[in-house]
Amino acid sequence: MSIVVSATDLTKRFGSFTAVDGISFEVLKGQCFGFLGPNGAGKTTTMHMITNFLPITQGALSVLGLEVMTNARVVKARIGVVPQENNLDTDLKVLENLLVYSRYHGIPLRQARGRAMELLSFFQLAEHARSPIEQLSGGMQRRLLIVRGLINEPELLILDEPTTGLDPQARHVIWQKLRQLQAQGVTLILTTHYMEEAEQLCDRLVIIDHGRILVEGTPRDLIRKHAGQEVIEVRLRPGEDRERCLETIGGTVPEGAEVECSADTLFIYSADAAKILTDLAIDPGRTILHRRATLEDVFLRLTGRELRE
Amino acid sequence: MRERAGPRQPVMARRSSRLLPDLTWRAVTVWYRDARVWTTFYKASVIGNLGEPLLYLLAMGWGLGRMVGTVDGVPYIQFLAPGLVCSTAMYAATFECTFGAFTRMTRQHTYNAILATPVSLDEIVAGEILWGATKGFLSGAAMLLVMALFGLVTSLWALLALALSFLIGLLFSALSMIVTAKSPSYDFFSYYFTLAIAPMFLFSGIFFPVGNLPQWAQTVAWFLPLTHGVSASRDLFAGEVGWRIASDTLWLVVFFLASFIVAVREIRKRMVL
Ligand SMILES: Nc1ncnc2c1ncn2[C@@H]1O[C@H](COP(=O)(O)OP(=O)(O)OP(=O)(O)O)[C@@H](O)[C@H]1O
Ligand SMILES: [Mg+2]
Repeated sequence: MSIVVSATDLTKRFGSFTAVDGISFEVLKGQCFGFLGPNGAGKTTTMHMITNFLPITQGALSVLGLEVMTNARVVKARIGVVPQENNLDTDLKVLENLLVYSRYHGIPLRQARGRAMELLSFFQLAEHARSPIEQLSGGMQRRLLIVRGLINEPELLILDEPTTGLDPQARHVIWQKLRQLQAQGVTLILTTHYMEEAEQLCDRLVIIDHGRILVEGTPRDLIRKHAGQEVIEVRLRPGEDRERCLETIGGTVPEGAEVECSADTLFIYSADAAKILTDLAIDPGRTILHRRATLEDVFLRLTGRELRE
Repeated sequence: MRERAGPRQPVMARRSSRLLPDLTWRAVTVWYRDARVWTTFYKASVIGNLGEPLLYLLAMGWGLGRMVGTVDGVPYIQFLAPGLVCSTAMYAATFECTFGAFTRMTRQHTYNAILATPVSLDEIVAGEILWGATKGFLSGAAMLLVMALFGLVTSLWALLALALSFLIGLLFSALSMIVTAKSPSYDFFSYYFTLAIAPMFLFSGIFFPVGNLPQWAQTVAWFLPLTHGVSASRDLFAGEVGWRIASDTLWLVVFFLASFIVAVREIRKRMVL
């Protein structure tokens, strides 16, 4: 399979601050590739370099086989961008936004109109073609941003937090549409703070923090490797710490399990939680939760539980 | 921190220090965007741009003109009118490329949106300037029309004042883009209007011949772009087409090109981080 994006030692500095610190990754054709990471991790900065919105400071980056910095126009003509910040043109109505944007891409008007209407109906926005932007809900504006990113029939679509702030219905519609696009052969690069979104959509993903890649893999592999299969959460009692809690529920860390403690919860990651639950002497008054391990466990274990900004 | 002098670095250095703008026909698509927006709001805009010079023409031309009589051998209103064509063009272009462009750049993030397409940043600047010049042209044209209705257009050469409005529009749009690139907020523009645009309006020979000023002030006035615009416009209205108009036009063209190159550099400095 051919490589759509290839980054080697990609670095971005703003003055003396290093926002992206020598990351390397490859995105294959037809894949959905995810970037997860806490606020300020460097996701948007990475997207900006891929789309050649920001010049790269160091390293090599090729998109669709072309070095981005020296082939900016060709690359931009072949990719679609859905930015984190909503930059729809509020001076123009919905359809006009798309027609004017097509102009930037050099698409002839007649063709642009056809494509715009087709994409608007695909994203269930057709009846809003003549609405002003301010009259659209947040979910509709997000969908319109995706439509706009698709107007040049891109081979690669870059989505920076496409569903942030949307209700579950809107999110599911977007997921479904993105899967359809992927089935049509469009390569997707996605950043998100929703672990479920990453699990649903991404074939591969990286978790980055402080501008560096911590891990890379398929969601399933990452979960198995970094969080096991199941998790038991044991809520701490006021004044209780990790040792005291472990003591009261059975003394030691059960074999084959890993234990982690946050401010008010003890997390036991293990392959066979049911056995641990029966082994442990957990009194019935204590709040516990037994669940499958998720990407969120991986994320929090790797990036820590402290607030970032 | 890793310091690796990769082969990419020279490429970047070359790009960012590139002196000449990176331009193609795509600049016109940015002009098209602005024009399309304007067609929905144009009424307010025309009244705004035309209202003030029209008031000046009436108040000064009729009111003051009665006391002044003639200047340089023509009735005062006729002396005044050619300069007001230039100042309308100046104001229209300046408003567009200060408040308008700043809003698009920083508030509406229009430039960011365009930068995801094959249009280059330099083309965005060029498109904005072209649009600002178009606004200058439209205001100049409206002013010319009003003057024709007042019977103040006597030479066919005056039609070339349309082209002159466009050129003045180009120049002041380019200057405004420099100011916009440097501007931290909207407040900054009031300094520009008070310290640059207003003096230009008053001392570039619209209301009285520049020759009335003391010698040093005449020298200063020579460096004001609008002075050359007013001088050229007055020659066109009088039908006196000669070397002076050629040298004024050349002055405006050179000043515009220089401002444009600076504008591109300053916008790049602000936008390309
Ligand atoms: N133009 C800039 N100048 C200076 N620092 C910047 C600039 N843009 C981003 N940064 C810094 O770079 C770091 C990475 O920012 P970036 O926007 O890439 O993070 P992110 O992973 O997208 O975060 P979020 O999830 O909040 O969107 C942050 O610390 C940010 O403050
Ligand atoms: Mg971001």
